[in-house]
Amino acid sequence: MSALQVGLGVGRSRRVVGRLADLGPVTVVAAGVVAMLILVALFGPLIAPHDPTAVDPLNVYAGSSSTHLLGTDDTGRDILSRLIYGARPSLVGPAFIVAIAVTLGSGLALAAAWFGGWVDAVISRALDILFAFPGLILAIGAVAMFGPGLVAPVIALAISYTPYFARVLRSAAVRERRLPYVDTAWVQGVSARKICFAHLLPNLLPLMLAQASVAFGYALLDLAAVSFLGLGVQPPTSEWGLMVANGQPAIVAGHPQQALYAGMTVLVAVVAFNVLGEGISRRVLGKTS
Amino acid sequence: MSSRFVLGRVAALAATLLVASFVIYVALYLAPGDPVTSLIGGTHASPSLVAQIRHEHHLDDPLFVGYARWLTSALHGDFGQSLVFRDGVGQLIGPRVGTTLLLVAYAAVLILVTGIGLGILAALRAGRLETTIVVGTTVAMGAPTFVMAIILIALFANNLGWFPVFGAGEGFGDRIWHLTLPAIALAFSYVAYVSQVTRAAVREELRGEYVETARSRGLPERFVVRRHVLRNAMGPIANVSGLTVAGLIAGTVVAERAFGINGLGSLLVDAAARKDLAVVQAIALMMVAAFVVINTLVDLLSAALDPRLAQKAVA
Repeated sequence: MSALQVGLGVGRSRRVVGRLADLGPVTVVAAGVVAMLILVALFGPLIAPHDPTAVDPLNVYAGSSSTHLLGTDDTGRDILSRLIYGARPSLVGPAFIVAIAVTLGSGLALAAAWFGGWVDAVISRALDILFAFPGLILAIGAVAMFGPGLVAPVIALAISYTPYFARVLRSAAVRERRLPYVDTAWVQGVSARKICFAHLLPNLLPLMLAQASVAFGYALLDLAAVSFLGLGVQPPTSEWGLMVANGQPAIVAGHPQQALYAGMTVLVAVVAFNVLGEGISRRVLGKTS
Repeated sequence: MSSRFVLGRVAALAATLLVASFVIYVALYLAPGDPVTSLIGGTHASPSLVAQIRHEHHLDDPLFVGYARWLTSALHGDFGQSLVFRDGVGQLIGPRVGTTLLLVAYAAVLILVTGIGLGILAALRAGRLETTIVVGTTVAMGAPTFVMAIILIALFANNLGWFPVFGAGEGFGDRIWHLTLPAIALAFSYVAYVSQVTRAAVREELRGEYVETARSRGLPERFVVRRHVLRNAMGPIANVSGLTVAGLIAGTVVAERAFGINGLGSLLVDAAARKDLAVVQAIALMMVAAFVVINTLVDLLSAALDPRLAQKAVA
């Protein structure tokens, strides 16, 4: 992909939203699922049939019924309501991970491309080192330092995702920086900050959008895994990964509902975000395969 | 492969490990909270006793002295004392390493055999089989280890009962039997990924002009595929598979937790939840080291398979 194409991509990224149908039927279905998940996250409390924390000791492990569509968990709480309420922590965390990683990644990429020389070398080496830390290990280490919860793992995962963004954006930024218009602007006295943020950055946007949309599914998956390990979101807050963990002991007793429904929700969400991400990425970057 | 390339890679490996170990040490050195508090366990201790405990556990060392001491002992296999589990970190880690290695190796074999096999199959057989594999792997890529784990547990714990769903077992055969479901859960999404990459790589090579030439010379299709196509596609396939296997090292944490396997991953999670920094440091260091070493091996292997890569890197 040439820098020119990256440049041309700007106009295209605006059309992505307008011409969703161009993405192909599978991607459109995925987009529908994603839109539904976001709506559920936004309006969950209005949709949920029950209070997600209301226990009902006389009605534990209930099967599907008209009152409890997906049955109840080990304390008689409504599984569907807990899944609906769980959408918010399950989706907000990954959104922060991707947002922080894109910001850090593009910042580092611009700095490396603009200053070049030793700054570029130091940033590139630092990214290499960061690559050595698998995201999950970094997240567990962050929990060991700061205690369980959503904040430490989100920041740790954001840091571990940063090199993936920074590396690709850096090489795109370096190519872009070599284009004549940058020197022209510089000679005309345009400030470095303005060139970087008003010219270079917008031309990197399509690439950032493509990467962010692909990364979201992985971020969702990693964060749910952290919660599954008991190191992320803490009870009684409902979160999908945590629900899988909580429902696991009951499987052996013959009550797999909670674990399976929560697991399926994670699966559907991750697949939907992945397919949509790949679709957007193909569209934005103009790749065919 | 030039020796310059190999030496460069090994030097980079050593540098990365050194910096990574420092990062691990400093991060946990700076962690909020005083380990002595957990050591004394709530009882009131005189300042002199606290100072004595700090000294015994080298908690009063300056940063660089502490780091140098930690790293040299770690290189000798001594990771210090666990303040929470009240045991040597080495004693905690030692018996668990084998289980984790076996699980990772098992999953790696599954990934390489099934992933590459399915990918080649999908690439060579266009039509319904290919569509099935592509759709299946797209869904499977989104199946996290813990979701696969509960699906497998639900399936085998109650309905089929062929495999145990808890623990690591005793003896080699029993261990393999116990680790089958965890290895499948761990390998599942990676199998999908590797098969997609393999399919793309083989497809790419099939489009090459040399394939047409070989076919027009009357070479049997089987020969063309084996001798030319697969050999050329092997570079990217080996690269991605290797990186995937490196990724298993982190993934094993989830699989061990889900199946109640007492390996390094379970210990890491327990240690993190209880703020046992010495254990977290040691396991994080081992996992990062394993990850980096495998990545370097993959680089060297890729360069051996495709010498152009090494030339590009050195030039």
